[in-house]
Amino acid sequence: MNAASLRKAGLAVAAPALAAAVALTISSIVLIISGSNPIDAYSDMFDNAKKLETSIDILNRATPLYISGVAAAIGFRMNLFNIGVEGQYLLAAFFAAVAGGAVDLPPVIHVAFVLVVAMSVGAAWGGLAGVLKVTRGVNEVISTIMLNFIAVGGIIAWLIVVWQDDTGQVNSGTTPIPESGRMPNLNSWLEIFTRDIGKGRHLTGVLLIAIVVGVLYHLFINRTTVGFEFRASGYNPFAARAAGIAPKKMVLTAMVLSGGIAGLVGMSEVLSDSYRFDQSFIKGLGFQGIAVALLGRNKPVGIALAAILFGFLNASAGALQVGGTASREIVVIMQATILLAAVVAYEVVNRLRQKDEARTAAALLAESAS
Amino acid sequence: MANAIELVGITKRFPGVIANDDVNLAVEKGEIHAVCGENGAGKSTLMKILYGMQHPDEGRIMVDDIEVKLSSPADAIELGIGMVHQHFMLADNLTVLENVILGSEPMKRGIIDFDAARTHLTEVSESFGLSVHPDDLVETLGVGERQRVEIIKVLYRGAEVLILDEPTAVLVPQEVEALFDNMRELKAAGASIIFIDHKLDEVLAIADTITVIRQGHTVATVKPGDVTAHELAELMVGSELPTPQTTDSTVTDEVALVVEGITVFDLDDRAVVEDVSLRVRRGEIVGLAGVEGNGQTELINAIIGTESPASGALSLFGNDITQASVGQRRDDGLAYVPQDRHQEGLLLDAPLWENTALGHHKRPPFAKNIWFDRVGARERTEQVRADFDVRTPNIEVSAHALSGGNQQKLIIGKEMDSDPKLLIAAHPTRGIDVGAQAAVWQNIRDARAAGLATLLISADLDELIGLSDTVLVMLRGRIVATLDPAEITPRDLGAYMTGVAVQEEAS
Amino acid sequence: MTATKTMPATGASTYSRLQNLSTPIRWMLFAAGGMFALTTVSHFGKGDPSLLTSSSASGAMIRWAAPILLAGLGGLFAERAGVVNIGLEGMMVLGTWGSAWGAINYGPWWGLAFGAGFGALGGLLHAIATVSFGVDHIISGVAINILAPGATRYLSDQIFDDYDGGSVSQSPGAGAFEKFNVPFISGGDSFFGWNSPDTLGWFDDKDWFFISDVSSLVRGMFVQITVFTVIVYLLVPISGFILWRTRFGLRVRICGERPSAGESLGVNIYLHKYLAVVISGAFAGLAGAFIVLELTGFYREGQTTSRGFIGLAALIFGNWRPGGVLIGSLVFGYPFGLALRDLDGDATHNLLLVIAIALGVIIIWAVRRGNRTDALLAGGLGGATLIWYIVSSTAPKWLPNTMPYAMVLITLVFLSQHLRMPAADGQIYRKGET
Repeated sequence: MNAASLRKAGLAVAAPALAAAVALTISSIVLIISGSNPIDAYSDMFDNAKKLETSIDILNRATPLYISGVAAAIGFRMNLFNIGVEGQYLLAAFFAAVAGGAVDLPPVIHVAFVLVVAMSVGAAWGGLAGVLKVTRGVNEVISTIMLNFIAVGGIIAWLIVVWQDDTGQVNSGTTPIPESGRMPNLNSWLEIFTRDIGKGRHLTGVLLIAIVVGVLYHLFINRTTVGFEFRASGYNPFAARAAGIAPKKMVLTAMVLSGGIAGLVGMSEVLSDSYRFDQSFIKGLGFQGIAVALLGRNKPVGIALAAILFGFLNASAGALQVGGTASREIVVIMQATILLAAVVAYEVVNRLRQKDEARTAAALLAESAS
Repeated sequence: MANAIELVGITKRFPGVIANDDVNLAVEKGEIHAVCGENGAGKSTLMKILYGMQHPDEGRIMVDDIEVKLSSPADAIELGIGMVHQHFMLADNLTVLENVILGSEPMKRGIIDFDAARTHLTEVSESFGLSVHPDDLVETLGVGERQRVEIIKVLYRGAEVLILDEPTAVLVPQEVEALFDNMRELKAAGASIIFIDHKLDEVLAIADTITVIRQGHTVATVKPGDVTAHELAELMVGSELPTPQTTDSTVTDEVALVVEGITVFDLDDRAVVEDVSLRVRRGEIVGLAGVEGNGQTELINAIIGTESPASGALSLFGNDITQASVGQRRDDGLAYVPQDRHQEGLLLDAPLWENTALGHHKRPPFAKNIWFDRVGARERTEQVRADFDVRTPNIEVSAHALSGGNQQKLIIGKEMDSDPKLLIAAHPTRGIDVGAQAAVWQNIRDARAAGLATLLISADLDELIGLSDTVLVMLRGRIVATLDPAEITPRDLGAYMTGVAVQEEAS
Repeated sequence: MTATKTMPATGASTYSRLQNLSTPIRWMLFAAGGMFALTTVSHFGKGDPSLLTSSSASGAMIRWAAPILLAGLGGLFAERAGVVNIGLEGMMVLGTWGSAWGAINYGPWWGLAFGAGFGALGGLLHAIATVSFGVDHIISGVAINILAPGATRYLSDQIFDDYDGGSVSQSPGAGAFEKFNVPFISGGDSFFGWNSPDTLGWFDDKDWFFISDVSSLVRGMFVQITVFTVIVYLLVPISGFILWRTRFGLRVRICGERPSAGESLGVNIYLHKYLAVVISGAFAGLAGAFIVLELTGFYREGQTTSRGFIGLAALIFGNWRPGGVLIGSLVFGYPFGLALRDLDGDATHNLLLVIAIALGVIIIWAVRRGNRTDALLAGGLGGATLIWYIVSSTAPKWLPNTMPYAMVLITLVFLSQHLRMPAADGQIYRKGET
């Protein structure tokens, strides 16, 4: 390894390290101002995370975040800002829960059926924003946000109807999916390596889906020619177009794929938790997914690390509450500062890298000229 | 006579490159001082230093024999120095008046005094014979008018020293004469003008003094009467000046590209290309001349497929490609060297081997079925690097790390190595250094000898005449002349390009 | 270079365009046409749609449109300076918290000031990220939208939670500005000891077709308003004045059109971008303050409900001009205001007919421009809406919640291709690169 590649490697590590340092500093300052001891708070968080049950909790939280991050990243890779993962996954989960609860199918097929419904609905809702952009020039940021509200507003109104028609049950939702349509948990696999899992905690089977999504995403974006076209469009849409990459087709494909993956975000809850859609269905995963994608630089492994980090922080909130060392809300501050520090740090390091490369290339030129 | 400007021992280093190395320049009051040098010789850097946009590492700047420090253009403006940039610094969606007063707005009770500004602008434009309409939106102006606005911008601020950075690059010969008239008038009014150019006939025609810069050094300061164009050329390049020259004709009878009655409308439904027909045969280079904005860009776009013509037909080796996508056309053997390599040619943030793949990524050696072949792409890139002498530390660096010339060689190399049948080359040597320019010309000639059909668009009239087998002239969206390069001079070409000369039977 | 080109009259300057009277007149004709359609529907529509032209609907519109307008004007400053501000929503959230805190502790004027100040802080953050560090504008905006609710939640936990009636997600009552009716127009209030006439109210009571409806709608805009409302709407001409008549405004606009041109003339591009984005944040913060002080009376989590984004839509609708932003805000604010008052859904249901009529107008417009795609699309959408209206008797439950957003989308579908944003909008500017 020569000095230049050492520098390169150093720069690659520099960004996340810088971001983490800045975020930790800011969070510590906030904690100190609000009268908490940051060291105590951090050690509480880490002690808690060491427990097996908490690790499972973290993975369970990271699973949908990861899928959501990948969904957002697909668009980001070509500078397409799908802010609509939120609406896409809620709408998809809703329809998937309705469909899954309405049919009776053999075990594996039932699960597959629910997944297909979810992906189709997500793809359709995302694709709609794509169609609007391609045919009508509607900015996807605005359109996906409007579609979020249309989706959420529609679902909520529907649930209100159900709730009113029902026999006074406050939190009524869709008919639960029968046993055949549920994803088994992975406890028995995990227990091969660990002690028995307590507290009734289950490791979600959807984790497997997330892993498959991640592998496919990597293969698609880095190893296929269509993936190359995606990246080329992201780097320079004009050059891509002149090189025969149809921009409209790319936008549509990206929005459909992004929406399709977004459709899977709600599956941990539909297939392995509550088995239905109701008013307390988990919300906000779409926006957290955007954060996770940005933090992970839209790379398959990066997103995974970011999702686990966010899962860890989410899971720590409870421990802080119980331990009483700090307000649980500090984790939201941490997530936000990490994100903001990271996007700035990536940019700074990117500029350093560019300068470095230009210098090396220019030095070589000067050498060969003399 | 006293010096208006004196630069002493200016040195400016960029990472890995010394742009200016101990450069000296003295400009007398009331003279037109030409600064000559090849692309990349360091002229623009020097001018940016004089205008406060770059800061020298060493050396002194004297204005009216007093040493000054210029930390920004505002300082330069304050000292009466103004610059007309090579790429116009105008906002399309603002009016002429707004563009001119920006940064020196006359104020009355806290708001801009537009009436006073308009009066002042009119005074300036009338006294120097530079006619403009203050309330026009800049987007409606032509190239010559934009340049007048740029000069007015400088004069409006009361500048006594004008820096004109390659002002003739975008003008046709007739417009150049009008510009020179303006310059003489300015000189008569007492202004000093620093004028960057590398067209020697122009320099000899207008300059009082000529300073030649080569590879960041001042080589000589001469009077136009004391040198010939040939001597000046040798000073500039240090050896014989290369000119493009085509050898014996290799034109065959096999027609590669047929453009038949193509018409393209712009967003306002005006015909920017009107009923254009042309054909390019194997082994032939067809040159397309024209002042920028006369439909050449749209015609190229229609041929490569990024723009769809309203009517007309295109065929490539007998296959109708009018409805074909860009990708299909490229599959059929169309290669494209875009006019703006940063905008349309490169993925600046991607490594070189991904850049090489761009546009060929669906075919071997870049693809195996649906999979992108990273090994094949790297091998091909190494081949391009060797064949076209792309100077780079390795092929993993991103494209923006390369110099302009090497970026251009990479683009031409990746297109040529893909075995094209038809090449559309737009300004293939724009903004690259002499060595790279000669290499590019040689590549195009070699490919022609091997049977490649080429459509060459260029603003460099010498290049067009030197390389082409036939030259077509485009004016207002139409082909107005078909000329034999052996029988014409750049001046003749300029006359057709501006509509001064008209050909009876235009094809 | 013998002849100079003569320019077509349409190439008139932005400066003289501002003085051009035909545009306002065209808009007034447009508004009159819209009013007439609304009136007709409110008289002859199904069920009881009289709410459509009631002063209660227009009053709600004015109040609902105000935060959208403020966000839109905030977006105007940022985007005219070339910075896309998708973080308006987050800055608005910061504004809601700041204004509640300021108002609770020091009264409504301080609420207004702290709202603007908190928003400006968000703007400053966006400026640091995008201008100084060159972070992609959308990414920075998204990050701020994630940061803001987290920050306010933490602050609430630290501060509001200790207040009587406050919690981690909401503040106690924040107080409000005093409401008044505008004398002579919608008077009736005591005015220096004298009851001013309620001119529009008088017309309203007459039940004259159209005239009474218009009076009622206009009256609604002038009753029970506060000084804050007046300030908000005054900011429209003030913003136009600043951007088109002052030195600062011209320099901000060059940042959005061609920053390198400004740089070459000695304009400090970074400074002007910073100022514009901070102003943008302050406007968004004011929008948050408006929600707290005028609409809800306290801070509550999630109360901005995307009005920052709708403000951006209004900015696009208004073609990056203050007057356009105002009209966009009113158009988008109206269905929101209506949904709030429309308990039986009749008005919303009849709004379908209004939309169908509007789409009909778009058909005519598209046909005249020879745009067949637009005409067909408008025909399809309009026809479907009309059929839906005819076959149904009431609005489905989900319609009031979703219709305003759908209207934004439909508007953008027809407008997006006819608009012109600042040339350098969204681009990263680095000094000395050109």
